Amino acid sequence: MVTMTALEEELSRIAGSVPDPELPVLTLEELGVMRGVHVLGPGRVEVSLTPTYTGCPAIEAMASDIEQALHRHGVPDVTVVTVLAPAWSTDDISEEGRRKLTEFGIAPPRPQGPAGGPVPLTLAIRCPHCGSTDTELLSRFSSTACKALRRCTACREPFDHFKEL
Amino acid sequence: MTGTTDTRAAAAALALGDDALVLSHRLGEWAGSAPVLEEEVALANIALDLLGQARVLLSLVGDEDELAYLREERAFRNSQLVEQPNGDFAHTIARQLYFSTYQRLLYGQLASGDGPFAGLAAKAVKEVAYHQDHAEHWTLRLGDGTAESHQRMQRACDALWRYTGELFQPVDGLDLDLPGLETAWLDSVTAVLGRATLTVPSGPRTGAWSAGAGRQGLHTESFGRMLAEMQHLHRSHPGATW
Repeated sequence: MVTMTALEEELSRIAGSVPDPELPVLTLEELGVMRGVHVLGPGRVEVSLTPTYTGCPAIEAMASDIEQALHRHGVPDVTVVTVLAPAWSTDDISEEGRRKLTEFGIAPPRPQGPAGGPVPLTLAIRCPHCGSTDTELLSRFSSTACKALRRCTACREPFDHFKEL
Repeated sequence: MTGTTDTRAAAAALALGDDALVLSHRLGEWAGSAPVLEEEVALANIALDLLGQARVLLSLVGDEDELAYLREERAFRNSQLVEQPNGDFAHTIARQLYFSTYQRLLYGQLASGDGPFAGLAAKAVKEVAYHQDHAEHWTLRLGDGTAESHQRMQRACDALWRYTGELFQPVDGLDLDLPGLETAWLDSVTAVLGRATLTVPSGPRTGAWSAGAGRQGLHTESFGRMLAEMQHLHRSHPGATW
C-alpha cells in the first residue's frame, strides 16, 4: 500500500463523500468503490474507482460527480480511471453503509467471506420495514442488477435486497 | 493491456466480447414482451451484465462502438448459440442454461490463471453465477411444471443442443482445459435437466450434423436481421450522440 500524502488524504475524503447516484444515502466510500487518489502533479489528480457490477451504468455518473467535486475544491485536471481487479464485493460495503441501507428500506447484503456466488436462499434475510426474518424471494433481479426483489410475509411489504456478490 | 495487446489476445477478446454483446442484444429484445414484469427486469439486468463484459472486452481490441455498430456479419466471432432467436420463453431459458453454465466455468478457469482476462473473469464470474441460478430455476420450473411447459422446455433444449459443441472448440489466444470444461458442463447440464424431469438431448454436438462456425465468422440466417436492427440507428446517423 502506497502511503498517501496529506493532500491525497484530503482529496480522497472529498471524492469519497460523493453520494452514490443510485443509492444516494450511501457515499462512494461507504459503498467501497474508491480504490485510490493520486496527485500526479500540480493541479492534476487521478482517482481510481471500481464498479460494483461490470455493466453498472452508474459508474459514469460517479466519475463525473467526482470530477465536479474535485473541480469545486480547486483541482482543474481530474482523471477517473476504472479498475476491475481486485473485484468489488458486497463485503466492501462498510458497517455504516449497511446501517444506512436498512434505514433506506433495502435489506443489506449478508457477509459472505471469500467464496462468492449465490448464497443458499434458506439463510434468513430480515425485512427492513418490520424486522421479521419471515421473507420470501419474488425475483432474483430487481430495479438494478445488484438487488433482488423480496416480500415480507409478516408485514406484506415488498422490499429490495442488496444481493451478495 | 493497451499498446501491448498481442493479436492472439485480441482475437480471444473479440470472441468472448462478441458472445457477450450478441447475447446481450438478444436478451434486450425481450424488453416490452417478457411473460411477467419480474422477468422483463431480470432479462434486462442479465443483458446489462453481459453488455458490461462486452464493453471491457471490445475496448481491449479497439473502439467499442465501431466494433459493435460498424462491423459486417462475417467479422463477428461469437458462437452461433448466442445469436439464436429468442423463440418462446423456453428457448430463451435453454439458451441461457447452456450459455451461462459454459460462461461460468470458462470465467472460473480464466480467473484462476494469470492471463489478460483474469481480472474481468474474476469479477464477471460472480455475476454469471446469478445468471446460471436464474436459468436453472426456470428450467426446473418449466421442465417439472405442466405438460405444456415440459414439452416446450424439452423442445427448446433439443433444438439448441447442436449449437453447444462449438463452445468447446479451441479459441485462438485462450489457454483452456477444454476437455475439463466440457466434462464439467455436461455434468452440470445433465444434473439440472434430470432434476427438471427432462431428457438430455441425444442429437450430435460435434461432427458433420452439428452446428457452429461462428468463431470463424460464419453465422446463421437470423443473425443478419439481428445485426441490421442493432446497427441501423448508428449507421443512419453517423456520429450522433444524446
